[in-house]
Amino acid sequence: MGQLLFKPFLAWITGNAITTFARFITAVRAVWDGVEPVPAQRVYFANHTSNGDFILIWTVLPPNLRSRTRPVAGADYWLTSRLRTFIGRDVFNAVLIDRNSETRTDDPMQLILDGIDTGASLIIFPEGTRNMTDAPLLPFKSGIFNISEARPEVDLVPVWIDNLNDVMPKGKLVPIPLLCTVTFGAPIRAEAGESREDFLKRAEVALLSLAPTDKQPDDAEVAA
Amino acid sequence: MNGMHADFLTLLAGIIGLLIMASGVGYALKQRIAPDGNNATIENLNARILAWWGMTAFLAVAFLAGRGGVILLFAFVSFAALREFVTLTDRRRADHWAIAAAFFVILPAQYALIWCEWYGMWSALIPVYAFLILPIIAVLQSDTEDFLMRISQMQWSLMICVFCASHVPALLFLDIPGFEGRNVLLIAFLIVVVQLSDVLQYTWGKLLGRHPVAPKLSPSKTWEGLIGGVASATLIGTLLWWITPFTPLQAAFMSLVITLAGFFGGLVMSAIKRDRGVKDWGHMIAGHGGFIDRLDSVVFSAPIFFHLTRYFWSMT
Repeated sequence: MGQLLFKPFLAWITGNAITTFARFITAVRAVWDGVEPVPAQRVYFANHTSNGDFILIWTVLPPNLRSRTRPVAGADYWLTSRLRTFIGRDVFNAVLIDRNSETRTDDPMQLILDGIDTGASLIIFPEGTRNMTDAPLLPFKSGIFNISEARPEVDLVPVWIDNLNDVMPKGKLVPIPLLCTVTFGAPIRAEAGESREDFLKRAEVALLSLAPTDKQPDDAEVAA
Repeated sequence: MNGMHADFLTLLAGIIGLLIMASGVGYALKQRIAPDGNNATIENLNARILAWWGMTAFLAVAFLAGRGGVILLFAFVSFAALREFVTLTDRRRADHWAIAAAFFVILPAQYALIWCEWYGMWSALIPVYAFLILPIIAVLQSDTEDFLMRISQMQWSLMICVFCASHVPALLFLDIPGFEGRNVLLIAFLIVVVQLSDVLQYTWGKLLGRHPVAPKLSPSKTWEGLIGGVASATLIGTLLWWITPFTPLQAAFMSLVITLAGFFGGLVMSAIKRDRGVKDWGHMIAGHGGFIDRLDSVVFSAPIFFHLTRYFWSMT
């Protein structure tokens, strides 16, 4: 009984400690640009440059939205130690999917759709992996299209996370404090008959349009 | 000690009276002219008044908490300001450890040394030791692209946000005969005069401003605002001589020096914002700028005020 009450309490404390630390380092601010912070069911899709990305989104969501928003994360990372399992499962209540197609037993898309069917909002990173290149975005994987096709009534909200890759570059243990913003844009949905390629392109453009101008590809690159 | 508390409470009462009046005026203007909040000047004025309420509350609590409270408060102000400043600098991955050291070693060390009253060390830590050590940390990463620019910006960030800002709590440790136990009033004097000068320059500028001092830089800073603001803030500073170790004439001179330093500090920081292509330093209050936007003038005047007071009045 004590165990039953203690674990959620510990998860709550840990969650607050993590968001407080994120605010201390980044003074993160949400910009709601084309969508409002209301408790509608959504799939937030964001650019991915750092392990802290979903923490920043989670931090700026108002508490009533945060409690019903679950990040989609790699089980191959989050289930490798007791601490990570506690943070991934109990604190963030993540939908954990195995990215290794050879060893996995569950279908990742089914786990994601099951998550949506419980009424939760999700946070996903459609680039599939952290972007280590100089390009602002990697090409999107198909998952986001499959979700919108299977659950066409759910809004997909683009979310641009700015500056976090400078705060915690890969391989550095100590973050450096820099101001970060999280910009939420106007939602999109796959339209009837829209092809996979067209939709993924549209989603990429919607996300990139939220990036600060100095990070957007210039016209020459787009034309090429 | 009681004298200090009595003077401090008198001053606090005066400031709170001013703020209540300012809030009333701000509210009335908003109701009269733009109740829907679409007048940028009035919104900006009200945001400033709100920031002063916050500043007054934090300073009052820190003052009552004593030396530790004031040092801790300014250490956090330095941290927030440095976070804003470094965000706007040119950085590369190679600078990661040097910047981390600036935040997590140099900054705490600076305030710890002030707490220890080790003047020789805290006044050399950033201009001498950080100046030499941070480029060494950066150069070991063997990335020479824009190297001079990167290390210069790093040093400038530390000088402004940590070194200069730390002179405010350092005022607590001056040893002025006949002024024992009242040093916190020096901080109050500095901040009140410089902040009032900011608001009076702004007010005079709005009322009479015609001729910009630096049109390319900041069209809102006018000669009328500068002269009116500095003159009236100097007058108020003179009238506050009783909370300082200065005579009225000396208080007038000090007020003039710190208001002018504050004005030029604001101008320099505007030039940096222009250079970086931003309107505000940060987003401490959503849409109304950052810590540095409100503190640029205090940061520039603090070291000058500290050294003049130290040289002419202090035994240490």
